[in-house]
Amino acid sequence: MTETRTNIHIPNPAAPTPLEAARLTGGARPEDIESLRLQAAVYVYEVPVRLWHWVNAAAITVLIVTGYLIASPPPTMEIAEATDQFVFGYVRFAHFAAGMVLTVAFFGRIYWAFVGNRHARQLFYVPFWRARWWKELIFEARWYAFLEREPKKYIGHNPLAHLAMFTFITLGMTFMIVTGFALYAEGAGQGSVYDRAFGWVLGLAGNSQRLHTLHHLGMWAITIFAIVHIYAAIREDIMSRQSMITTIISGWRTFKDDRVE
Amino acid sequence: MAEIETFYEVMRRQGITRRSFMKYCSLTASALGLGPAFVPKIAHAMETKPRTPVIWVNGLECTCCSESFIRGAHPLAKDVVLSMISLDYSHTLMAAAGHAAEAALEETIQKYKGNYILAVEGNPPLNEDGMFCIVGGKPFVEQLRHAAKDAKAIISWGACASYGCVQAAAPNPTRATPVHKVITDKPIIKVPGCPPIAEVMTGVITYMLTFDRLPELDRQGRPAMFYSQRIHDKCYRRPHFDAGQFVEQWDDEYARKGYCLYKMGCKGPTTYNACSTVRWNEGVSFPIQSGHGCIGCSEDGFWDQGGFYDRLTTIKQFGVEATADQMGFAAAGVVGAGIAAHVAASALKRAQKKTQDKEEV
Repeated sequence: MTETRTNIHIPNPAAPTPLEAARLTGGARPEDIESLRLQAAVYVYEVPVRLWHWVNAAAITVLIVTGYLIASPPPTMEIAEATDQFVFGYVRFAHFAAGMVLTVAFFGRIYWAFVGNRHARQLFYVPFWRARWWKELIFEARWYAFLEREPKKYIGHNPLAHLAMFTFITLGMTFMIVTGFALYAEGAGQGSVYDRAFGWVLGLAGNSQRLHTLHHLGMWAITIFAIVHIYAAIREDIMSRQSMITTIISGWRTFKDDRVE
Repeated sequence: MAEIETFYEVMRRQGITRRSFMKYCSLTASALGLGPAFVPKIAHAMETKPRTPVIWVNGLECTCCSESFIRGAHPLAKDVVLSMISLDYSHTLMAAAGHAAEAALEETIQKYKGNYILAVEGNPPLNEDGMFCIVGGKPFVEQLRHAAKDAKAIISWGACASYGCVQAAAPNPTRATPVHKVITDKPIIKVPGCPPIAEVMTGVITYMLTFDRLPELDRQGRPAMFYSQRIHDKCYRRPHFDAGQFVEQWDDEYARKGYCLYKMGCKGPTTYNACSTVRWNEGVSFPIQSGHGCIGCSEDGFWDQGGFYDRLTTIKQFGVEATADQMGFAAAGVVGAGIAAHVAASALKRAQKKTQDKEEV
């Protein structure tokens, strides 16, 4: 690193040389220590946010697999008499249970948006009217299209990720929860608490078969989001200027350089 | 309306004993799912209430509703038509024809203003000023509006009157329109099905006449007592569904064993009707019992929901016709290929940048 660049850190000359043991055993080279001085970290994702992310990821995985099987059941199995066999019933049970977990966790996540730090709120709001945000969105899109030489630094989601999260998780998952519970209400029966809360959705769709199809398309939208999300997370971890995967595990965002922008 | 006899008077006149009459009341109570406490109420209503005049009009339809209705067994359609209601106008069931028939219609409307029930079979086509369906020399929509104006309530018989049915299938050339979209100021009871079950039809009429009010309706305006559960909820093959035992192909071994028809596109899980409990032809059978999946004929838009034999029905948008899975796999494939290309491009770009950085240093 050359000294001509603006440095966001003000090194303390009186600070002792770090990592004495590692340095003396050859585990840390001078340039490693230089890099260490530059490392700064921000605590971004608090425990409830991280916990929600992984519970949500697990629930979505179960929901996608079982949801696909509900629409395209496995081949007929004759393990026992129908009364003693409950294969498809368990598939459906897993789907419903995971759906309940996902919904409760989502409500917990919404609660945390109110009491957590400002990064906990990013998922639920897109600064739609701010021109600068759209400009930054285009910049990030250009970085993904290999038109920018270097990406910018971000503490929370970059604008492109922000939009994708909002569309597929906040809106998409809400759609899946609402249509999912409307379908569940059909089994729970008219007059049930699910029917009173979500029965109107079926009236809106008109035909239950149509509602099933819409829910199924939603599954594919979330599947495709998950594919892109995982790819982008790995790629960002390698190619961006900040940590990505470790951040959703530890909560700390670290940076690979100390330039301001 | 004093000149109209009560049900009881009509029945006694036909030689029915009081004992038989009370039996009939008990049977009706159980058919409607009511407790024994309602038997005297039904008897009282039958003894004191005048018969309600019914006007039955037919628009764009196939008469399968009438065909089903006359096969009603509990109560017998004969009893409904001759004893319970005063069916004053019905193309297919009345003896009169031509001007005499139209005169009967006018007379009923004038005489029982605001007190008769209008039963609609079929629907009015609205394109070309309704010229696709002419009744008595005029578009059906005019007769419908005329007859509906002074009706107490309207019964929409079948999928045609309730939702539009096959004549309303895309692109709906005649603009066949369900009754509730033409008549908006009257209580409407939808009794969908193609046709509705005979006992459901007669049951709805019996309920209305006995209690002098509309049956409890669900969100879509259907009588909750017959349409509150799916075929699937009461299907006798349901244990095979939960077990994961399905018919894989027509006439395979599983079909012979009577396994669930889910994979063969049975619409039981998405259809609200009483077929799996009331069944058809005096409870003899219903489609699933005879080995064929439900086609969902009592559901809105059942005619435009893709194949009757597919679990995942096709979606027709932007000129594409595919199932959600076909679309999903295609989209996931495109995205996957895009990511693979992006990985390659990223790696190349990175290698290029490293070389440049080296040169710069």
